[in-house]
Amino acid sequence: MEQLFFYIFSIVAIVSAILVVSVRNPVHSALYLIICFLQVAAMFVLLRSPFLAAVQVFIYVGAVMVLFLFAVMVLDLGKERLKDSMHSQSILGGALAIVLFFIAFYLVYNGDIVAPLGAYTETALMKNTEVIGAALYTKYIYPFEVVSLILLVALVGAITLVMRHKDN
Amino acid sequence: MPDVTTLIEVLLIVIKVVVIAMILFSLPMPLTWLERKVAGHIQVRLGPWRVGPHGILQAVADAIKLMLKEDITPDKADKFLFRLAPLLALVPAFAVFVTIPFGESISIPFIERDVTLYIADMNVGILYILAIAGLGIYGVILGGWASNSKYSLLGALRSSAQMISYEIAISFAAIGVVMIANSLSLVDIVGAQSGSILNWNILYLPVGPVWFAIFLIASLAEINRIPFDLPEDEGTLGAGFHTEYSGMRFSLFMLAEYVAMVTVSILCVLLFFGGWNAPFDMPLPIPPIPAIFWFIGKVSAFIYFFMWLRFTLPRYRYDQLMTLGWKVLIPISLVNILVTGYMRI
Amino acid sequence: MLISYLAVLIIIGFVSLLGIGALVASYVMQPRNPYREKLAPWECGMEPIGEANRGKFRIHFFIIAILFIVFDVETLFLFPWAAILNDKSLSLFVFVEMIIFVAVLALGLVYAWVKGALDWI
Repeated sequence: MEQLFFYIFSIVAIVSAILVVSVRNPVHSALYLIICFLQVAAMFVLLRSPFLAAVQVFIYVGAVMVLFLFAVMVLDLGKERLKDSMHSQSILGGALAIVLFFIAFYLVYNGDIVAPLGAYTETALMKNTEVIGAALYTKYIYPFEVVSLILLVALVGAITLVMRHKDN
Repeated sequence: MPDVTTLIEVLLIVIKVVVIAMILFSLPMPLTWLERKVAGHIQVRLGPWRVGPHGILQAVADAIKLMLKEDITPDKADKFLFRLAPLLALVPAFAVFVTIPFGESISIPFIERDVTLYIADMNVGILYILAIAGLGIYGVILGGWASNSKYSLLGALRSSAQMISYEIAISFAAIGVVMIANSLSLVDIVGAQSGSILNWNILYLPVGPVWFAIFLIASLAEINRIPFDLPEDEGTLGAGFHTEYSGMRFSLFMLAEYVAMVTVSILCVLLFFGGWNAPFDMPLPIPPIPAIFWFIGKVSAFIYFFMWLRFTLPRYRYDQLMTLGWKVLIPISLVNILVTGYMRI
Repeated sequence: MLISYLAVLIIIGFVSLLGIGALVASYVMQPRNPYREKLAPWECGMEPIGEANRGKFRIHFFIIAILFIVFDVETLFLFPWAAILNDKSLSLFVFVEMIIFVAVLALGLVYAWVKGALDWI
């Protein structure tokens, strides 16, 4: 039963991901990307991690895609210009995607990718948020604090770039 | 093959979903009537009067009228997105109700089973609500963009910039409540406020009232009610993002807006006013009032409060709105997080 | 546990059905009488000028969206933190590290404020 849902979600995810790169209208692309992200969130639920699913919806669907749509509207990314700037990169992009696929396939096939939460039982994972919190703020404290610095740098960089654009 | 207990559980979920969705689908009819009545009496008028006693059938007449109106799709519009956008606004507004509890549980007399008064008690409850409610923004952005009209596009941009600015303040207020209850599940959050009125989060001094004020202001902005109804600023924007919509598609946007108002009232009650808990124990001779009545009473009070505000306050200016969100609510929230944290460790 | 998330799929399906049902019912009953002026975008009664979707808007909306992502990520890190605050063995340590986290991001807010990214006019 669970597998059936997994296959439904993954097929929809793959189809919408292909549509993202194949449709011409950037706003339609954004819509298909939203659908794709929602399927990924559903897969996180199937992996017994509702917190990550909520994160996926909250950040990627709720925030990043809003930025995409704002970019399309505010910066006036017409169809033509998007196509011009994308076309030269398509061969390189395709090659990189294939390389990435084989690396991931190799790692998964050899069992080198193991979920760090794999040792938890289903009942322990009922308290998914607390499990993630306890791991994040003790064992992974250093990456967590680095995240705040990365966010700060991203904020400063974005404001610097955009405010310069504004002056012109 | 799933066994019988699972099937019964699924059936129960389906029944609850159907009941809640049907109630929410028809709730805007009494609410629009009430809103117009409240407006009338505040402005010393009678409000709807002609259709039925005290105009009570006015909402039915409106519903029939909206059904019979022509759905116009402008010829310059992006047809696919234009038709999809009302549904994108509608579905998230309803989907948040999956994890909203209306009470603990009741026993159904004939089948002798305890049935919980919520569809699902999720471990990520409040985060789920914030994430899903945030998706309502796509109905606004895509609807405004697909209309291909200047008023719609400008209204959509303004509306969505307003929604994302205040979403941060809402999240901070929710975090404040989570810090007090130490759980994201709404059932646990209400459970932590049981006992007497002194345990309610609004009376968790000194930070409780501040969190409530932040939550109330931010959610008024999030659901585009006065004093923050800039997206519907007739003087400058036509009707905002739904300028080009008419008939049933327009009513779906309105439906989503009313459901959002009900959601915000319910969240105010659950997060700050003790949910279905009674404020104090009744003296013995009086039979105790069932929890669900307390819940409905409090939610109705909030709905009335929002209507009252609408006909009392003037509208903000757009730059004032942004200043309030970014320069007032967010700094106060950051300080309040640290104060609450200090009190909780 | 998974069954409670099945409810999300069920409600999405049912509400979509209700919405589509309402649209179809209205489609059957409504009159259809389109003509050129009715189908034109509304521009206060004037002939619409140009394409609306090609219009350029203030870069400020874009800044707001970037700020929103940064602070959204921040609030997200606060949720699991708030949920484990009652664990007495951790709470002081966890509280101090969150002070650092919030302070760094408050710095970002101050920077945006000073640079005028939060001023609308």
